Amino acid sequence: MEDVRTLLNLVYILSAVTFILGFKLMGRPTTARQGNLLSAVGMAAAVVATLMFPEVVRYTYIIAGLVIGAVIGALFAYRTPMTGMPQMVGLLNGFGGAASLLVAWAEFVARPSQPLYQGIIIWLTVLIGTVTLSGSLIAWAKLEERFIPTKPVLYPGQRIVSVLLLAAILGGGIWFAADTTAPTATQVLGAVTALAFVLGILLVIPIGGADMPVVISLLNSYSGMAACASGFIIQNNLLIVAGALVGASGIILTLIMCKAMNRSVANVVLGGFGADVPGKAQDVIGEIKPVKPDEAYLILEAASSVVIVPGYGLAVSQAQHAVRELMEAMEKNGTEVRFAIHPVAGRMPGHMNVLLAEANVPYDALVEMDAINPTMDTVDVCMIIGANDVVNPAALEDKSSPLWGMPIIEAHRARTVIVMKRSMGKGFAGVENPLFFRNNTRMLFGDAKASLQALINEFKGGN
Amino acid sequence: MEVLIFLLFILVLAIFLGFEVISKVPSLLHTPLMSGSNAISGVTIVGALIAAGLGEGEDTAALIGGVAVAFATINVVGGYLVTNRMLGMFKKKDK
Repeated sequence: MEDVRTLLNLVYILSAVTFILGFKLMGRPTTARQGNLLSAVGMAAAVVATLMFPEVVRYTYIIAGLVIGAVIGALFAYRTPMTGMPQMVGLLNGFGGAASLLVAWAEFVARPSQPLYQGIIIWLTVLIGTVTLSGSLIAWAKLEERFIPTKPVLYPGQRIVSVLLLAAILGGGIWFAADTTAPTATQVLGAVTALAFVLGILLVIPIGGADMPVVISLLNSYSGMAACASGFIIQNNLLIVAGALVGASGIILTLIMCKAMNRSVANVVLGGFGADVPGKAQDVIGEIKPVKPDEAYLILEAASSVVIVPGYGLAVSQAQHAVRELMEAMEKNGTEVRFAIHPVAGRMPGHMNVLLAEANVPYDALVEMDAINPTMDTVDVCMIIGANDVVNPAALEDKSSPLWGMPIIEAHRARTVIVMKRSMGKGFAGVENPLFFRNNTRMLFGDAKASLQALINEFKGGN
Repeated sequence: MEVLIFLLFILVLAIFLGFEVISKVPSLLHTPLMSGSNAISGVTIVGALIAAGLGEGEDTAALIGGVAVAFATINVVGGYLVTNRMLGMFKKKDK
């Protein structure tokens, strides 16, 4: 019997190795797919090994759970459009939390008599898992723009309520862990679960829609921490290693997103950003110079290098395919075309890259902000489509601007800037953009897709 | 208690490893990184299966375990499949 256990635990070590190698292979687009496959094989091996443990004797619930989960998971994976990826990841964060919290509950129900430290770990797993679940459901609803407003929901005494809730949860934890066999233990853990659910809602609901990339990154990390905590309950190294990897990944992405938005994590989590009144920025000098598509065409036609800066406005008007067509038309004309991707260009980390890849834009044309900025002086035309704050030079030049210090794509350093925009509206931050008033800037007003189509037609007619 | 210290040791090492490995993933692939993380956080399936497989007299725990299996499986299957689908879209310039 012991031999079987040792063998199965060796399988877990192999699974952990595949997860780590999988993440390593994710470091390059050429090997990423293999990495994902390898990691999946490791997971399958862990599942099979677990089923062979002698204490697994009942199969009805296992089969039902596996079948239901696999069907729902596959439907999600194939039905979700790429624009809906933030919602899907958001929801899966929550499900990961749910699975961990249920594992904690099952352990408690099966073995009510637990030493103090195990009681604490069960409580901690329930807490993290539940907060992840309810927080993710709110983040999902905000991203779906259904059920609840995407704007920050603020109410008086917000922080006090959260602190009181946390104190009650903490008290419940001490009560529960001190004697897990007490007749009230089940009710106490139930109350902790309910309070943690409310806490998760209250933590996410004051955060505005624009900050959701940070929130889902953070919840991604929480789902890993929940898995990690449940690994302590069943004393399984695989869960601890895998959970720690996911936890680390979520934290890294959270920090990247915060840096790109010029905010601290505390500011996002406690802030209720989007409800603030932005500070006073310097007055903008200069005038708007609108152009028609045929004039914009002449500028692009003469350019030898073009950088396109896409923002989420591009995805909103479903113009990814049109922009790829324009790219091909310009390349046929002998122009070098690259895309400059700001970290917060989409609605989650890396989102814009996926949206453009889906439209068949080759990934070697997608350049990170830090790589493109040093080359900006040599660029003939920088074309901005549906982006605003991420190219606002006030972030570099105007200390009184709320955007001051935010890393931007330095579009203004290109010889000519063409801005495609629906109207003169302001960005998420509600800040005027002096770029639009510069001498080297031309504004091409209208729907992004229609403007792109007009440019493509000009190129086709021109040849 | 001793096993707890051992598990903490593993945790600390894994955190450092995680930061090392994952900070090398380019921002180009951050969305698939997140959906892949979803799949890996479904590793709780191991604990869920053990609970769901409990025998006679532990019906409630087994049922809770079964629900946990379902949630974890959604993550594992959904996460790996969608990551694979997404990564399939990343193509190099064909020249």
